[in-house]
Amino acid sequence: MQYFLTQFANGVVFGGVYALIALGYTLIYGVLQFLNLAHGEVYMMGAFFGFFTMTTLGGPSMSILPVPLMILIMFLVAMGGSALLGIGIERFAYRPLRRSSRLAPLISALGVSLFLQSAALLLFSSRVRLYDSNLFLSVQSGITVFGVHIDTAEIMVVVGALLLMVILWFLVNRTNLGRAMRAVAVDQDAAVMNGIDVDRTVVWTFGIASALAGAAGVMSGLLMYPIDQYIGVFAGLKGFTAAVLGGIGSIPGAMLGGFLLGITEAMVTAYLNPTYSDFLAFFILVIVLLVRPRGLLGRPALVKV
Amino acid sequence: MSEQDQVGRGIGTDDWVAQHEDRVGAPQTGMARLAQQWTRLPALARWGIPLVIFLSVPFIGSSDYILRIGVNLGLFVLLALGLNLVVGYSGLLDLGFVAFYGFGAYAYAMLSSEQFGVHLNSLVALVIVISTTASFGFILGLPSRRLTGDYLAIATLFFGQMFAVFVVSSDEFQLPGMSDTVDLTGGANGITQVDQISVLGFTFETNLSYYLLVVALVVFFTVATKRIHFSRHGLAWRSLGEDAVAAQHMTIPTVRLKLLAFTIGAGVAGLAGAIFASVQQGVYPSEFMLPLLITIYAALILGGLGSIPGILLGAFIMVVLPEVLRFPDYSNGIFLAVLVISVVATVKSWKVLVWAFGGMVVIGFLVNGVLLAMQVPYLAAKEWITGPLAPVLGSWVFMPENRVLFGNIAFVALVGLAAWMSIMSRRSRIIVLPLALWLAIWTWEVRLLLEPSVTRQLLIGALLIVLMASRPQGLLGKPRVEVL
Repeated sequence: MQYFLTQFANGVVFGGVYALIALGYTLIYGVLQFLNLAHGEVYMMGAFFGFFTMTTLGGPSMSILPVPLMILIMFLVAMGGSALLGIGIERFAYRPLRRSSRLAPLISALGVSLFLQSAALLLFSSRVRLYDSNLFLSVQSGITVFGVHIDTAEIMVVVGALLLMVILWFLVNRTNLGRAMRAVAVDQDAAVMNGIDVDRTVVWTFGIASALAGAAGVMSGLLMYPIDQYIGVFAGLKGFTAAVLGGIGSIPGAMLGGFLLGITEAMVTAYLNPTYSDFLAFFILVIVLLVRPRGLLGRPALVKV
Repeated sequence: MSEQDQVGRGIGTDDWVAQHEDRVGAPQTGMARLAQQWTRLPALARWGIPLVIFLSVPFIGSSDYILRIGVNLGLFVLLALGLNLVVGYSGLLDLGFVAFYGFGAYAYAMLSSEQFGVHLNSLVALVIVISTTASFGFILGLPSRRLTGDYLAIATLFFGQMFAVFVVSSDEFQLPGMSDTVDLTGGANGITQVDQISVLGFTFETNLSYYLLVVALVVFFTVATKRIHFSRHGLAWRSLGEDAVAAQHMTIPTVRLKLLAFTIGAGVAGLAGAIFASVQQGVYPSEFMLPLLITIYAALILGGLGSIPGILLGAFIMVVLPEVLRFPDYSNGIFLAVLVISVVATVKSWKVLVWAFGGMVVIGFLVNGVLLAMQVPYLAAKEWITGPLAPVLGSWVFMPENRVLFGNIAFVALVGLAAWMSIMSRRSRIIVLPLALWLAIWTWEVRLLLEPSVTRQLLIGALLIVLMASRPQGLLGKPRVEVL
């Protein structure tokens, strides 16, 4: 039972990271009906931004600031940097293609992800980096619930992810910006006629989505995952899977999908063959897609011809 | 002008849309004029000239290495032609296509190697490979009855991923209820020592024989695609790609056509995969993953979706460009040549040209002066450059000792400047052009030449972005004009 609970807790922690990436996919898809395949690369850059903020501040071992403040600054810089990056990508790679066929932005996105990967390789070299967060967030610290030890980094990831989700929910449902985003999602032309600045809304959407990806990058770093140029591919795929599982375009769906995927993966790794955990995740996804083509919480698209 | 054009624009073509290019006006720049001359040649010459060039490649003293690239190019074209049926014509976004290529390669390898000790006759093996791959295509096509658009893309993408994961992790394959594991795919090491294809006593062993085989297949499939283009099925597929709902209303059996496209596309990929396994006498899982899929799609879209010459051109660019960039001495010359040609081809007045290149040279010397005055340590010309360009570049390019740091700063500045230029007015773009040119050359010499493999990827990525932004319909594709 304790083994099960430990695995479950692990699943929830990863689920939080997946959910944040998935939210980015879903936000952009919801507003533009466009799969931003370069989203994983923004996550990768976010992880790097966080890492270099940490080393600039003297981390991991000799931080010039108190640890909580340093972590906060890492998050802020990574989220801000990722947001700017995402906005730049939208402005220069996707906006010129907004009115063209569906395929063109997809190819452009592939180009962006190739470009970002090799730019990171050029700028940061191919060295694999570690946050070494155990030097400032001791693994022994943390809490024990029902005999399951949860360390500080894990608590921080889950709490941070939930906090960001609450903020996002508030943004989308309770602000003018959120209303504009939902309006653009329903019908761009009608939104323009009602005085909504579509370009501005899209820029904000990309900024928010990319900031979430940047936060996810820092979180995976704090969980002691190694960072290199290629982490974005796999993380992007996982986040994407989660978004599709929950129903792409649906915000609660992305959260649900993220946690579901994290828990499923932890369970498969724990009780079945670990080599097949990725395989099974995709398999479940294909089955879900065949039974419910719009994902778990996605609304069926009714197209009036 | 073909006969069909003179009679009328043909069935299903809107006059206003068809005349769009005439209305836009004659092309201005040098490149566009050259392209126009090319289209005025008779069709036979347009197809014959490239064919003659490709057929003569082995006989003008080409090395084995070049022939091998030729084989890769040919296989790549086959894949692109197969995918074109699915994506270009029927408009079904199949992101699992590479899995069929891999499946074909693995199936052929399993049927003719020591993996299971089976050595089938090549023709029998090929027939089995093609038919099983095609049936897999049929099965993958089944969801396309319900899933459309992006959702189909997602399902097929995950199918491709599943194939990749399966191949890597199936060296210890275990079915439920079986006690010991079976080595199905050789895991990450792949399957080695695959028999080469041998037909009627002739074994394909040299790169030359494979090259000729592949050229023949490419010619066959190009002609076949060309024939399909205006056939009953071709028209039906293309109408399906334009608008599935409208096609269904015209009593076109959409489900059957979708499945047919998936099946044929997969079969072609299976054939290409089998040849690939035979050429390199082995299959390795890393060869059938996302990067290959990206390259195929890039080739397809780069050339122009649905346009056959476009596919050939796109494949050529995507296969040959990375190979050329592998050698620093060549790539240096090619980079400078492409830079100069693209500026000359896009700029219309000679005054601007003089300003651009003159300004570029002046900026270079100015920067040299400033950096020298700041006493930045630098490398002498003979320490970093050889080859015919050395006397020119050696005296003009300031090569700091710390190439990585300066190069990285220059790279970030260059990307920023290029992005900014894309949203400037024409006038200000001309003003900063010399600076951009100098920065591009400097970044290239200082940083990018240091790491050719990274640079290759960087350039391909940048090329895709720039091309999509400037010509979303691809190099040879027809721009999409809609009547509202």
